Amino acid sequence: MNIGIIDYGVGNIGSIERALEELAVTGKLLTDPSQIMGVEKIVLPGVGSYTECMMRLHAGGWVDALQESVTEKRIPLLGVCVGMQLLSDFGAEGAADEKGTPGLGFVPGTVLRMPASEQKLRLPHVGWNEVYHRSSGDTLFSGIPNGSDFYFVHSYAFIAENQDHVAAVSFYGTEFVAAVHNRNVWGTQFHPEKSSRAGFAVLKNFASI
Amino acid sequence: MLKTRVIPTLLWKQFGLVKGVGFDSWRRVGPVLPAIKVYNQREVDELILVDITAVINNSDPDYESINDFGRDCFIPLTFGGGIRHIDQVQVLLRAGVDKVSLNTSLYEKPDLVTQIAKRHGTQCVVASLDVRSEGSGWKCFSRSGTLDTGKDVIAWAKEVEDRGAGEILLTSIERDGTFQGYDLKLVEAVVSAVSIPVIASGGAGNYQHMVEAVRDAGASAVAAASIFHFTELTPAGAKQALAEAKILVRKAYKPA
Repeated sequence: MNIGIIDYGVGNIGSIERALEELAVTGKLLTDPSQIMGVEKIVLPGVGSYTECMMRLHAGGWVDALQESVTEKRIPLLGVCVGMQLLSDFGAEGAADEKGTPGLGFVPGTVLRMPASEQKLRLPHVGWNEVYHRSSGDTLFSGIPNGSDFYFVHSYAFIAENQDHVAAVSFYGTEFVAAVHNRNVWGTQFHPEKSSRAGFAVLKNFASI
Repeated sequence: MLKTRVIPTLLWKQFGLVKGVGFDSWRRVGPVLPAIKVYNQREVDELILVDITAVINNSDPDYESINDFGRDCFIPLTFGGGIRHIDQVQVLLRAGVDKVSLNTSLYEKPDLVTQIAKRHGTQCVVASLDVRSEGSGWKCFSRSGTLDTGKDVIAWAKEVEDRGAGEILLTSIERDGTFQGYDLKLVEAVVSAVSIPVIASGGAGNYQHMVEAVRDAGASAVAAASIFHFTELTPAGAKQALAEAKILVRKAYKPA
């Protein structure tokens, strides 16, 4: 199994590479969009602001390459943290206008700041939280008990247009999307590469798709 | 709901881990790598590793060693010490670090926290504040606690939050290594001044101190070093004590 990790200058890429290595999966850092065709699966990491990440994806020529490999060739894609948020249509973080910054559009929805501050909860939402998966998360969460703890660190959350695309939820003041799934595209708001054994199980499930 | 984190702090000096009292009188604790391996296997919630010599020597982080440490760490790893440029952060993130902790740079290069937050996100920057009490308040110290910055901790905590810090690691220099308990008034004062998570540090001597920091002072997480190095108390024991006090903690993972 050959999984490509998109390296566009942000994020804890080293951690993802090592977690895959630990699972005896070859994680290959992709530094140029032309390399994307040689891989069987793609991981899209991301930390930082939605707008900054999209700018970097555009500047590096990744957006067209992802459209081609994911939409046309149906290569499985896993977005992690902001990488999951980028799967949406629009994101508010760092956006120039109210409509938001256009995303990759693989999972219909928008990404907005979490309402936690109105409820006197602290942001970022950082730490371990319980994840409850739904039927569309069956593949990604296979063998993982509901309520297992995963490591999160984020201030924005995915609002899915279609509830069928919500693969898992978690709670912080209110329910929020912890994972998404639409056809050959998956995403986790939590960091599987930093969620110890529970996280390995998710990565292993993705690698086994 | 979100779980309260128990975070061992590892102080790294040249060839190994050390621990002191009041940021002084360092005792050798042992090598770094085995400690990280053990904590990783025991599934602690997170680790903070601080190179306490880099800032004094004005040297770059020791990327090669950090790369080795990151290889065995599948829990969140925060690294601090000697970070003064955004380019260093990218190298650290490639080496397996997830968050960087800034201390001296907060005062000497105040734009850095904003630059890191803009590029890698606020969640990537931990503002580490080392403080001593002065009169009715507290003052911040830089350069491993040796330099009085003159900054009042409350005003400074708000400022680093505005500049983009995602968490505050709040260490009482006077309580450090004393086992007397966290400075609860300090923790409470900073917790109510900011809306980002605050990690209490400095002085934990027993599990009850951790319960108090969370329940009474509002800390989002508790960090400790001496009690895990020099006593029989463990992160797992701490979590059990927190759970008994009705504070939510992360459960050990059990596959179906």
